[in-house]
Amino acid sequence: MRNFAQSRLGTLSGFAAGAAVLFGLAPLVLSGFRLGLFAQFICYAIVAVGIGLAWGRGGMLTLGQGVFFGMGAYLMAMHLKMADAEFRSGPGAVPDFMELAGIRELPAYWVPFASPAFTIAAVLLLPTGLAAALGLAVFKRRVKGAYFAILSQALAGAFAILLIGQQTLGGFNGLSYFRYFFGFTLNDPVNQRMLYFITAAVLLAVVALALQLRRSRYGELLVAVRDAEARVRFLGYDAANVKVVAYAVAALFASVAGALFVPVVGIISPASIGIIPSIMFLLGVAIGGRATLLGPVVGALAVAWAQTTLSEQFPSAWTYAQGLLFVLVIALLPGGIASIPKLAGRVRAKNQARTLEATA
Amino acid sequence: MNDTALSRPAPDPVLVCRNVEVDFDGFKAVAGVDLELRRGEVHFLIGPNGAGKTTLVDAVTGLARYTGSITKDGEELRGKKVHRIARKGVGRTFQTATVFENLTVAQNLDIAAGASRGPLTLLRRRKTLPETVTDTMKRIGLDDAADTLAGVLAHGRKQWLEIGMLLVGDADVLLLDEPIAGMGHDERETTGRLLHDIAAERAVAVVEHDMDFMRANASRVTVLHGGAVLAAGGVDEVSADPRVQEVYLGTSDHQETADAAAA
Repeated sequence: MRNFAQSRLGTLSGFAAGAAVLFGLAPLVLSGFRLGLFAQFICYAIVAVGIGLAWGRGGMLTLGQGVFFGMGAYLMAMHLKMADAEFRSGPGAVPDFMELAGIRELPAYWVPFASPAFTIAAVLLLPTGLAAALGLAVFKRRVKGAYFAILSQALAGAFAILLIGQQTLGGFNGLSYFRYFFGFTLNDPVNQRMLYFITAAVLLAVVALALQLRRSRYGELLVAVRDAEARVRFLGYDAANVKVVAYAVAALFASVAGALFVPVVGIISPASIGIIPSIMFLLGVAIGGRATLLGPVVGALAVAWAQTTLSEQFPSAWTYAQGLLFVLVIALLPGGIASIPKLAGRVRAKNQARTLEATA
Repeated sequence: MNDTALSRPAPDPVLVCRNVEVDFDGFKAVAGVDLELRRGEVHFLIGPNGAGKTTLVDAVTGLARYTGSITKDGEELRGKKVHRIARKGVGRTFQTATVFENLTVAQNLDIAAGASRGPLTLLRRRKTLPETVTDTMKRIGLDDAADTLAGVLAHGRKQWLEIGMLLVGDADVLLLDEPIAGMGHDERETTGRLLHDIAAERAVAVVEHDMDFMRANASRVTVLHGGAVLAAGGVDEVSADPRVQEVYLGTSDHQETADAAAA
């Protein structure tokens, strides 16, 4: 079973099953509204895959993925606002929320986001580059463990506060009311469905990339750094570089997820990217099983789904239930839900040994 | 055997420490040590607790700051980063065997062999094990455990794996910190043979508390006491030194084992 899962055939059939669910089953059984929600959850799952890599395999407790998610989201949102303004009143026009705020002139840093190509490049490169620079500064100084976690969380908090103060980025309200996504009207159900398909395809691609990284020599090295960083350094590796790669890849995934979140959900504001959303990103990963490939995906989807449906019915109780769930998983099941089959196997083996002993 | 090793014209030293001082906020853990390691020798560093043995190893491998000079093949190592020094061929083990417990023996060795791999090789999956890895597995007696997780290896085999990781990494100066701590009799003998086997074309330094093991395996001994070299030379020469007997060998066996346990 294990060998099958690791074989090429096993991998391909796993992806085929995933594609069948995402592209076949989900659009069939979910209404347009629910499909949109599912696309939103998939965005969280894309972030989760990156956290699984950086935290689960690399041991970096990334408590501030909201920064990179937010960067991707705001970069995309700026382009969508520019495109809307251009469609409405011609090139160089000021987005509607700026007009309302009395800003007549387009700020210089907005100008390049009229270009779709520039926007996509920025989404892919800016957060990744920032994470790489940050990672180099932090990991070369051997900041790790709780210190790194606090640092990254503080960064998420600071980023949200910074954005609230930015009038030209919508301030507290953020950016919303997007009409077009690269020329397609966003309120057309067909386009919404297409957007869902794009998001699902990105999830599959991100999982495939994470799988390749895990199975490569780099993946083994990353686990080695996680478990015995000093040993790795004394073997002649610069351990900081190994961590930077995983951290930057996690930032890339978060940024892409943010960029998809904007057209899917239709709004991005500081409230979706600060400290609490950053912890929420982590929650699903912890519950699903951070060191596994699919645990973070399943965990993120489950937590997001539970939050939406249960909080509709029990708005106040849900928060407590969520906290309790987190505590229980961390205390009793540190490997997450994904570790249950393994644990069950161990219990079974123990019982078998006990019965053998009893009969002997 | 020890005398013949000394009477031969000594080859040029690979690693040379000159007047090395390590200062921990005013406390001199290592106070002006000179040391030379040569290929073909198993060089024991002994001394009571707090003598500065492990600190000296830390200094050589770039973990502890020091004044003075440490050169390998004539190249100054001071101020170089830990991984740069490792790449120069200076490898070390730790008092408690440090291996990658969640990876297999083969993966451990493959990582150790690959410090100079480029990004493209790293991002691909490993198809076959490099020859040095399979050879080394035989050499350290772990060829039956290639796919065993390092975390479940017996204590002694973990130590051998760690030594093997230095071998595949092409280290030619090996600094081993208490390699037989906690080993049984047979494992000690095997380790002794392994040390001489790998010392044939490398310089090996062993920090050790076990006097019997030292007498059986040392080609040369340096005794440290209070951060300074108390005596150096062959086993018999050093054992006969009255000062050494006073500070170290004179202590009862009971004290010695207590020291080893405390370390």
